[in-house]
Amino acid sequence: MIRAFSKLNITFACVFNQEKMITSLKMFYTSVGRKLIMALTGLFLCVFLLEHLYGNLQLYKIDGGKAFNEYTEFMTGNMFIRAVEFILFAGILVHALDGLMLTLANRKARPVRYAVSRQSQNSTWFSRNMGLTGSILFVFFVIHLREFFFAHRFGGATESMAASVANAFTTAWYASLYIVAMIILGFHLNHGFQSAFQTLGLSNHKYIKTWKCAGTVFALIMMIGFASVPVMLYFDFMGMSSNILGK
Amino acid sequence: MSETINVKLKIWRQKNTSDKGRFELYDMPGVSTHMSFLEMMDVLNDRLVREGKDPVAFDHDCREGICGMCSMYINGRAHGLLKGTTTCQLHMRHFENGETITIEPWRAEAFPVIKDLAVDRTAFEKIMQAGGYVSMNTGNAVDGNALPIEKVKADEAMDAASCIGCGACVASCKNASAMLFMSAKVSQLALLPQGEPERYVRVLKMMEAHDEAGFGSCTNTGACESECPKEISIAHIARFNRDYLTASVVSEK
Repeated sequence: MIRAFSKLNITFACVFNQEKMITSLKMFYTSVGRKLIMALTGLFLCVFLLEHLYGNLQLYKIDGGKAFNEYTEFMTGNMFIRAVEFILFAGILVHALDGLMLTLANRKARPVRYAVSRQSQNSTWFSRNMGLTGSILFVFFVIHLREFFFAHRFGGATESMAASVANAFTTAWYASLYIVAMIILGFHLNHGFQSAFQTLGLSNHKYIKTWKCAGTVFALIMMIGFASVPVMLYFDFMGMSSNILGK
Repeated sequence: MSETINVKLKIWRQKNTSDKGRFELYDMPGVSTHMSFLEMMDVLNDRLVREGKDPVAFDHDCREGICGMCSMYINGRAHGLLKGTTTCQLHMRHFENGETITIEPWRAEAFPVIKDLAVDRTAFEKIMQAGGYVSMNTGNAVDGNALPIEKVKADEAMDAASCIGCGACVASCKNASAMLFMSAKVSQLALLPQGEPERYVRVLKMMEAHDEAGFGSCTNTGACESECPKEISIAHIARFNRDYLTASVVSEK
């Protein structure tokens, strides 16, 4: 697997390393250029997260899932949104694939590892484990799509989206899987958000702290916002799940 | 506080670049706490020479923290546990009696081990040769004060120029990236009027040399900044990124 990807890396290098390649395209092969791809796709996905969270929070209206269902119907009925959906999937795939290739290339930059390394004293756990948290999130993303997106788009699910969500999250293991995944999402965003601005060169002595702070706030909002829904549904706070399932 | 301590050294020994290398243990009884780390290594080497053994190879030169020669990854940290210091500025009083100290060379694809703890940092020179200079016509030297330079920029360039090219940033980066070194070298030139004209060509060339040498990419962990003996800020990396992206877009080649 790793060998296959490093081969892919070499192919990538061959395509982009041609002598007379124009600089603006060649840029995407250099280490900064590939980080630029990570930053741009990452920020794009952050915008998507905001939109997704707005949708999820419709469940707080406690109207038998009406607002939430209307929202999901709007998201599937609109041709423009369907087109954006493709860009979104492409964005996720590029972000994941580029991230994987960068992680592998970065491992190659240190073939012999230190016997003793105290990295916790010079950097945060979040920043050093973006590859790990990213991989977990990708697995989660696949599970998440299978459960809700594919089931409704292609699987011909008859129940409403709100009912699907309420049914899924009244299961203990499923709710806990989501809560854990959202905590990991928070970890990933805590570093990723501010890192994107640094990579884009939009940071300096003055803004570094601002971006870091904004990143942590954004990560917390996403983590708490997304994780709150399975918590609310599982424990039936505000009667959220019984209201939807009509119990 | 006692004036001497006993320590054990676990040192990486490697005959040459192609040798596999291994750790060797050395007992160091009665080390004066006033010694610098390198003086302690001198004492060890003196003993090894007397015993007819091969002394430990390590880089060193000025021994006052300004040359950038000393390296060593001590107990999992570049230049040891202190902030803003080189190995020569690290003293034995920072170690516990009876402690085992692990000493490794800088580990990076771009920095092959020459022998024991000495690594080849030519990759840094390659980056500098690619663009770390200012092109000038010869003739009478211009009066340095004739060019007005904003104080804030002069200070920022000076901060960047304090980089001694030791390689601690590469050594401590999880990706063995040389972005802090390279960005400091770019900032010290690009912020001043003499370096401004080649600002964008420079970053393109240096970026290419950086990747060619086998350094990894920057994932903004900030480890380099915390381990840098000159405490150079990662704000320089942001400036480099900004210049590089601009250069890639505006370049006419």
